[in-house]
Amino acid sequence: MKSNDSLFLPEQVRIIGQRELTSDTKLFDLSFENGQQLNHEPGQFVELSIAGVGEAPISVTSSPTRGVPSFELCVRSVGNVTSAFHNMKVGETVGIRGPFGKGFPVEELKERDLLFIAGGLGIAPLRSLINYVLDNRDYYNEVNILYGCRKPCEQMFEDEVSNWARRQDIYHESTVDYCPDEACWEGNVGVITELIPGVDIDLDNTYAVVCGPPVMYKFVLQELEKKELPHDQIYLSLERRMKCGVGKCGHCQINGAKEELYACQDGPVFNYELIKGFEEAI
Amino acid sequence: MKLIGKADFSNFVDDLIENDTREVIGVQAKSNKFAFDPLGSSEDLRLDYDVTILPPKKYFMPQRETLVKYNTHEGEMKPVNEVIPRIIIGVHPYDIIAIQQMDKVFEETHSDENYLEKRRQSVLVGVNMKNASDWSFADTMGTSTTESGYDLMLTDIGEEYAVEIGSVRGSELLNQAKTKLNDVGMEEIDKVKQFKEELPEKFRSDPKFDPYELPKLLYEYYGKDEFWEENAEDCLSCGTCNLVCPTCYCFDVKDVNDITLTKGERLRTWDGCMLEAFAEVAGDENFREEKAARYRHRYMRKGRYMYNKFGDIACVGCGRCSEQCLPDIADPVEVFNQMKEGSDEI
Repeated sequence: MKSNDSLFLPEQVRIIGQRELTSDTKLFDLSFENGQQLNHEPGQFVELSIAGVGEAPISVTSSPTRGVPSFELCVRSVGNVTSAFHNMKVGETVGIRGPFGKGFPVEELKERDLLFIAGGLGIAPLRSLINYVLDNRDYYNEVNILYGCRKPCEQMFEDEVSNWARRQDIYHESTVDYCPDEACWEGNVGVITELIPGVDIDLDNTYAVVCGPPVMYKFVLQELEKKELPHDQIYLSLERRMKCGVGKCGHCQINGAKEELYACQDGPVFNYELIKGFEEAI
Repeated sequence: MKLIGKADFSNFVDDLIENDTREVIGVQAKSNKFAFDPLGSSEDLRLDYDVTILPPKKYFMPQRETLVKYNTHEGEMKPVNEVIPRIIIGVHPYDIIAIQQMDKVFEETHSDENYLEKRRQSVLVGVNMKNASDWSFADTMGTSTTESGYDLMLTDIGEEYAVEIGSVRGSELLNQAKTKLNDVGMEEIDKVKQFKEELPEKFRSDPKFDPYELPKLLYEYYGKDEFWEENAEDCLSCGTCNLVCPTCYCFDVKDVNDITLTKGERLRTWDGCMLEAFAEVAGDENFREEKAARYRHRYMRKGRYMYNKFGDIACVGCGRCSEQCLPDIADPVEVFNQMKEGSDEI
């Protein structure tokens, strides 16, 4: 925790960069006023705090290997806090609490073949891990990235996606659920699960890291089941509306027969073997 | 243990009200019920009450509490912890045990000073239960007496109160008022013993379960959807059972602006897992959409999850939820009995 006594007092960060990724999603580059670093792990989240509006949990999309001391949040305008954030300009300040939660297991994934599966805004948290892996490329084995969106105009981070496509040491496929006639799209058309059969999966060594909307998890997990990928080799990042970030407010509890999990403390990144018995998880 | 005459006790309370800088809270009648409220006179104190409408948790985790004050014009945010030091008189053992459980929650991992400082600045004067509500099953839950968690504990033995001193703070409180205390003799010790022996008669006789069976029973019943659907059928999702529960602590955090729209406060307010929007996220996804799932969640929290985490059964048997549930479906005894009767294991 930061030095102040209150769990609820945010640190001030300044917006030093901002760019539109899609019609409703923006990427913000943020830097602490006092020069400190966020010191996050890939997959962790922060509480974005806008005085007068409120707080919302947002995953950090930048890898700690890049752009330090600043960090990036990829935010879709869907609620009060996120739309207020979208209206803010470079130079303005917002509050941040965190980072909170357990991120991706970067050590466990070393020497493994990696299969990243991102759906829609799920690319935001996953990007922190993808770029972490690419910046430590020698420590990781095969890298496969599958990325699906509803339609071409919703694809984000185009420059990075085309870089994945160019690199020889990455297998990459993008897909859209449907492609309007007027759109220019060279990738696949169809749901993301259709891309999974094309991936070379080594049952002893492949780890899948999945991030997307709840409905996507269901079908992706079915597909990975067909491939017989062991459940403890699958990681998921779950979304909940954490109000406190510190395991108190109760909003992110995920109940199960044996125990309950707090997405803000035990996650947001979970091993599928652990959460598969939790019917509320996905 | 010491003895204090009832008249001396009233003088003691009046002296605290008059001379102590702390706010003196006591249980008082509120129409045909009872409530913890600031005391104006010892005459208003009702130590013979059965149960209060709300538990005393409202003094440590108020219904509305400012966490941060902000001024958007100046880009300023200041932490706020409004602590009113209090002497709270008349807390029943089950509520003291609930407070001890809440202390663990707010101390764990990230300590929550907004709660903890209010606790540190409060003196708890407990009272053993002279009367119990018709709904109370505290003896079943093992919470009808407590050996810890209080600064002072009173037992009404007729003309006098027997006073157990639970802390240095409790002893100081008695000393500062120069209260006349007598030593206990065998007779009074017997009276206290008798008081406690007669306690079980005050409670409901229908519970058929043992509290330490609950984690196992709930594990067995978790997947029995019909059981939860039937019990939750009439649930109004009003959250009353959450509000009156001494071990419910879930909260919401929201910003409230003043009329200038540049200044305001970030508030913590009580929330409840029985409310429909509790587990909702952006994009209208709701991870606990069915009332049966919410109803089950509450029982899992009380009887299993908190036990797993802290070793406590988080139902203290106060009976408030049972009494105040409008469709009359929140009675834990009813649900736990059904489980016990239908269980194939125990």
